[in-house]
Amino acid sequence: MTEPVLSVKNLIVDFPFHNTNFRAVNDISFDIMPGEVVGVVGESGAGKSMTGSAVIGLIERPGRITSGEILLKGQRIDNLPEADRAKLRGKRIGMVFQDPLTSLNPLYTIGRQLIETIRTHLPLSEEQARQRAIDLLTEAGIPKAADRIDAYPHQFSGGMRQRVVIALAIAAGPELIIADEPTSALDVSVQAQIIKVLKELCSNHGAAVMLITHDMGVIAQTADRMVVMHQGKIVETGTVGDIIRRPREPYTVKLINSIPTIASDRSGAPASAPANDDGAFVQIKGLVRDFELGGGSFTKVFKSKTEIFRAVSDVSFSIQKGKTYGLVGESGSGKSTCAKMIVGLIRPTEGKILVDGHDVWAGGAGERERRKRVQMIFQDPYASLNPRWRVADIIAEPMRTLGIATNKGEVEGRVADLLNKVRLDPSVMRKFPHEFSGGQRQRIAIARALSSQPEFIVCDEPTSALDVSVQAQVLDLMRALQDEFGLTYLLISHNLAVVRQMSSAVGVLHNGVLVESGPTDDIFDNPQADYTRMLLDAVPDISKVA
Amino acid sequence: MTDLPHSPEQPVVAAKVSRWKMFLASDIFWSYRRSPVTILASIIALILVLMAVFAPLLAPYDPFNPATLNLMDGMTAPNTESYTGKYFAFGSDNQGRDVLSSIMYGSRVSLFVGFAATMFAMVMGVGLGLVAGYFGGLWDAFIMRVADVQLSFPAILIALLIFGVARGVIPANQQEGAAIWVLIFAIGLANWAQFARTVRGATMVERQKDYVAAARILGVNPFLILLRHVLPNVLGPVLVIGTIGLALAIIEEATLSYLGVGVPPTQPSLGTLIRIGQQFLFSGEWWILLFPAITLILLALSVNLLGDWLRDALNPKLR
Repeated sequence: MTEPVLSVKNLIVDFPFHNTNFRAVNDISFDIMPGEVVGVVGESGAGKSMTGSAVIGLIERPGRITSGEILLKGQRIDNLPEADRAKLRGKRIGMVFQDPLTSLNPLYTIGRQLIETIRTHLPLSEEQARQRAIDLLTEAGIPKAADRIDAYPHQFSGGMRQRVVIALAIAAGPELIIADEPTSALDVSVQAQIIKVLKELCSNHGAAVMLITHDMGVIAQTADRMVVMHQGKIVETGTVGDIIRRPREPYTVKLINSIPTIASDRSGAPASAPANDDGAFVQIKGLVRDFELGGGSFTKVFKSKTEIFRAVSDVSFSIQKGKTYGLVGESGSGKSTCAKMIVGLIRPTEGKILVDGHDVWAGGAGERERRKRVQMIFQDPYASLNPRWRVADIIAEPMRTLGIATNKGEVEGRVADLLNKVRLDPSVMRKFPHEFSGGQRQRIAIARALSSQPEFIVCDEPTSALDVSVQAQVLDLMRALQDEFGLTYLLISHNLAVVRQMSSAVGVLHNGVLVESGPTDDIFDNPQADYTRMLLDAVPDISKVA
Repeated sequence: MTDLPHSPEQPVVAAKVSRWKMFLASDIFWSYRRSPVTILASIIALILVLMAVFAPLLAPYDPFNPATLNLMDGMTAPNTESYTGKYFAFGSDNQGRDVLSSIMYGSRVSLFVGFAATMFAMVMGVGLGLVAGYFGGLWDAFIMRVADVQLSFPAILIALLIFGVARGVIPANQQEGAAIWVLIFAIGLANWAQFARTVRGATMVERQKDYVAAARILGVNPFLILLRHVLPNVLGPVLVIGTIGLALAIIEEATLSYLGVGVPPTQPSLGTLIRIGQQFLFSGEWWILLFPAITLILLALSVNLLGDWLRDALNPKLR
């Protein structure tokens, strides 16, 4: 039997806080064999990133390793002096972090950074190191690497930067690479390429990988074995196929079941909804939004006219009453701009938005109709609730503003009612938002949206800030409320699986253009546009497990 | 994703915790307890403030009642018996006034002017900062350019200017009574720009947040959004500059009074006392200057230290 590259034994990491102690990692043990990709998966707060930090010796104070051993090729590394540990980083353990923008120094060219790393760890001349850097970049999929090596990080896109980071991580030929959420900041289509590069490069160079992520889809497509963590402990370890198909522990079962998939397993919501219907409840007709670029004073001096960026270009679709329309797109596709125009935050350059026959941008009358009928649920439940307001006031604001209920007793009764509807205890209404978890906050945000008794709710990435198990609960709640009140949803998401589960019709937005629109099953099972096909191929999904 | 229970992921326990217990367990109190300098500063500040507020009850003599003054008691050194057999802990000045009592009444004036001027600057600065940060555009450009121009002058110069203009405008027979209000106005107007700048920045951050968007979707009046949503969320830094600004305002008042343009001599502040005292410094009566000066230093220093601590305690990055 070969010796494992990394061996973690009974590791405990503690964070003393004031007079209490928080145990971030609680007695975990696992091995990584040479050339193996091991996925560490868990929801936020599971201790997965902390495990990675412990291995590379970068736990931030006041946290510390209380007990346990970390062995690299049989040699203990957790008790080495800091100077020796620093030598390990980069040389024997490579690192890839979530945000490629912060892991590269913006003031040096990428070539400089690569050459420096290579020469620190390997006895090569400047010329040889440069050649090796170019080879690495080419290997990582940077076209014309010899020309681009002297470019600065900001001249690369997010995906390209992450390729550079990967090249940097393997530059010194490490035995182990720790990748902490390497693709979470990237769009789906880019994500797939990066996963491929990471996997290829590591197998070419014989490096083992510890892949830390919350995304079971990424693990399914990348890792050989996986470690499931929950509240600082290891719940289950096994091969990826075994765990995804036959999870044993209750927590893992629950986790796997709550992951939405793009495969068709739909229970309700039969497909209907013709593409464009004049009788539809919500009709979006030829929506256009332009932004002026470069409003700075110098561009005004040197250019006669400002450049126009068309964020949303002639988007039309319609939604039947009581149905959900899913709007899918990658970052910069204009989906949030669409949402803002529909709820009245930005004025469309051209086009009409009709809700129940009323043009919501037609002066004061349209505005009144819009306020009565349209509401919004936001992505980040930490920013969408005023931290200084009590829950009762947050939920009561829409009904007070619109004059639905004004006297104190009536408002309180309605707020309690709404809290019940979103499955929260009405006694929480005296609390402040920070006393709640992300999922609970999103429930409060939903209660606020329902407070004005709307008919149409725009949901902008309602679950993308939440853990998968919480996401499943919030989506279930949204569906139940739709049935109860006959709500119409516009669901905006980058997550194809969520859209597939929730919507009866789907639109795919790419660079401000609606490339495809139609019933959900048609689009997912038989996509017409190339872009849609590419997107569906790229998305990591547990149904695609090898 | 089908069989999940509808219950929230964690039951919220509606525990009844008193506000006092919450305060004792808070991070702010924690950082307070761990900083001996802050504890000392707060004790000194508290003593000085109490001393000023309750001066009429605590002061051994009434320095403003000419009937109790005796010129023969003048220039008594600290801790000695005067000509008429009175005891002055900090000595007496040339007119036989007890220096300790003068300091107590003087801090009263200094603190009142400091507080009032800071409140004035705060209300004006926060209001204009909110408008500039939220509405942007021309409002922002106009308000912030005025602030920029003002910040390029020393605050004391602006206060002097305003004070001079007010002197010219107010009729002579009302000048005595109005002096203290003019002083408050002048110092307040000299200090609003700091508040406006900070609040403008914080407002620009807050207005991007979704809770403001949620209120805008509802059509809440922009001024109500500012007052009820944005204002409570930008008050943290205001509290910090407010505290440091209080120390500054006290010093500015003292400077103006020292220059003789502040409060009238019938109502001396610490600055006036120092001005009177420096006339006797070179003839050996050091106590008339020294004790008011030490009080001013202690007051400004302790308030400043409290402000410094508050800034650190409210900044999660420094915790």
